[in-house]
Amino acid sequence: MAKVLMKGNEAIGEAAIRAGCRFFFGYPITPQSEVPEYLSKRLPEIGGTFVQAESEVAASNMIYGAAGVGVRVLTTSSSPGISLMSEALSYIAGSEMPVVVVNIVRSGPGLGGILPSQSDYFQATKGGGHGDYRLLVLAPATVQEAVELVILAFDLADQYRNPVMVMGDGMIGQMMEPVDFGDHPPPGPDYVEPEKPWACTGTDSRGRSHRNIVNSLYLDPEECHEMNVRLKRKYDEMAEKEQRWEELYTEQDVDVMVVAYGTMSRICRTAIDMLRADGHRLSLLRPITLFPYPSEPVRKAAARAKKIISIEMSMGQMVEDVQLAVGGSKPVEFYGLAGGLIPSVEQVRAALLELIEA
Amino acid sequence: MEIIFSRPDGLVDVPTHYCPGCTHGTIHRLVGEALEELDLVGKAVGVAPVGCAVLAYNYFNCDMFEASHGRAPAMATGAKRCRPDLIVFTYQGDGDLASIGMAEIVHAANRGEKFTVIFVNNAIYGMTGGQMAPTTMPGQRTSTSPAGRDVDHCGYPIRMAELIAALQTPAYVARVAVHTPANIIKAKHAIREAFEYQEAGTCFSFVEVLSTCPTNWGLGPLESCHWVEKTMVPYYPLGTKKRPEDGPGPGRGVDED
Repeated sequence: MAKVLMKGNEAIGEAAIRAGCRFFFGYPITPQSEVPEYLSKRLPEIGGTFVQAESEVAASNMIYGAAGVGVRVLTTSSSPGISLMSEALSYIAGSEMPVVVVNIVRSGPGLGGILPSQSDYFQATKGGGHGDYRLLVLAPATVQEAVELVILAFDLADQYRNPVMVMGDGMIGQMMEPVDFGDHPPPGPDYVEPEKPWACTGTDSRGRSHRNIVNSLYLDPEECHEMNVRLKRKYDEMAEKEQRWEELYTEQDVDVMVVAYGTMSRICRTAIDMLRADGHRLSLLRPITLFPYPSEPVRKAAARAKKIISIEMSMGQMVEDVQLAVGGSKPVEFYGLAGGLIPSVEQVRAALLELIEA
Repeated sequence: MEIIFSRPDGLVDVPTHYCPGCTHGTIHRLVGEALEELDLVGKAVGVAPVGCAVLAYNYFNCDMFEASHGRAPAMATGAKRCRPDLIVFTYQGDGDLASIGMAEIVHAANRGEKFTVIFVNNAIYGMTGGQMAPTTMPGQRTSTSPAGRDVDHCGYPIRMAELIAALQTPAYVARVAVHTPANIIKAKHAIREAFEYQEAGTCFSFVEVLSTCPTNWGLGPLESCHWVEKTMVPYYPLGTKKRPEDGPGPGRGVDED
């Protein structure tokens, strides 16, 4: 099938449809508004439903209700909107409902700016809402990969009964790239959603044998602890089975190992290639899952490097996970810009040269 | 011996946690009866709130959600839009619906979401220990208005049924009470009617029920019923505020029927 040139946000919307998602609830916010715009036109064409919510607070609770009746459902937003959704995400995680949330990250804190950023790493991977919970967090570096990860996100959400976040910086949402949907035909008319015996579909649907309840309230502390233990077991299983990453240049000894994800990893790759052409030895490790973090691959790759640096479009967030992975055996440096500034190839190259020569 | 009165199929056979004299139990029963009579128990998905009815998912004999505070209408929107064949209802108190959840209820009503809202107005936050609600009466003493609600300081109580009825979107909106047997019968009719509109796929349906809170009002059960009649009913007029048959437009406001 021929490639089509698509804006990231629109490709994300189409990817959800290819994943069998027929329901979207969301709220406009720059730089992700093309997703609701696209789906408001596209979903009615396939017999789906688009609802523009009154707020991100409402949108996130609408997907909670939609997941509760057993359908695949999507919402998308950008950083300040994700803050508002964090309440619902905590409930959704607590009641183990499968939803997919896309965050097209803009700069913060506060209203921040509308340009691309990676400053929501902590929010996505360390919490956001209250309580002990984890999102699965997937970070695409290209529009094509955004498509693949959105489709994967729906499968992982159902498999683990857990909210999954696809986190792309504003660049992923706003840029146009060729996309191939060839491996993902739209679901046919006889498509049926995966069976979810736990969903609230009315007791008649199971012969009145029992009631299904979607709930995160456990007033008995022993029961609440047990719920947390159950969730932890699930997060541990994710950590064991779902780490995804990409490594470039895996020779035995390198001067500098770069860790970067999303758009930043592509800029780093160009800078690394230029430096390698000049005879410097550098490698790149690109996490694709931010939770679970590919700690062991980072540790192993770091063992082959003299120096390690995390490069991000933030003031330094993922760098803490790199430090944890490396375990203090070597210093981990950081370079990054915030506020919507995207480090240029030249800036990254200069930062790397400085580190090599330090 | 013939059994002429029993627990409706719409309720689970368990003791509830409600305080003695509280009318939540009565309202639960009316909802359970309506679901049973219309043969909707097996198609129903209820949404419990945060507040006194937070454990309602243990009491209604159908599939249930437990929502976060005030967001029940958003959850119900998600459920009903994705599965229009289900009968979806929320059961919310005044702190949940009229304070923290004001945006969710107004917009769900305005979109004409085809689910049913049972709104229990007892003029106070019960679960958290008797704090002032948006529906607390002027001069009413609560744990956060110890000198009585001062309307210069925090405004007048919100009449939710009239507020919802003022929206242009067609809907069924009624206010009823459960402090006397006659009112309980009227409340039952209104709740049943609300579910009938939903079953027919007609419109959003909203029933405000004036309820009692003897524990936090500091009154006996009977005194509480008298307080509803003397203090609440004059401010919160009973009756049907709006019917979908009236078409688009604001409701009839405060008329009685």
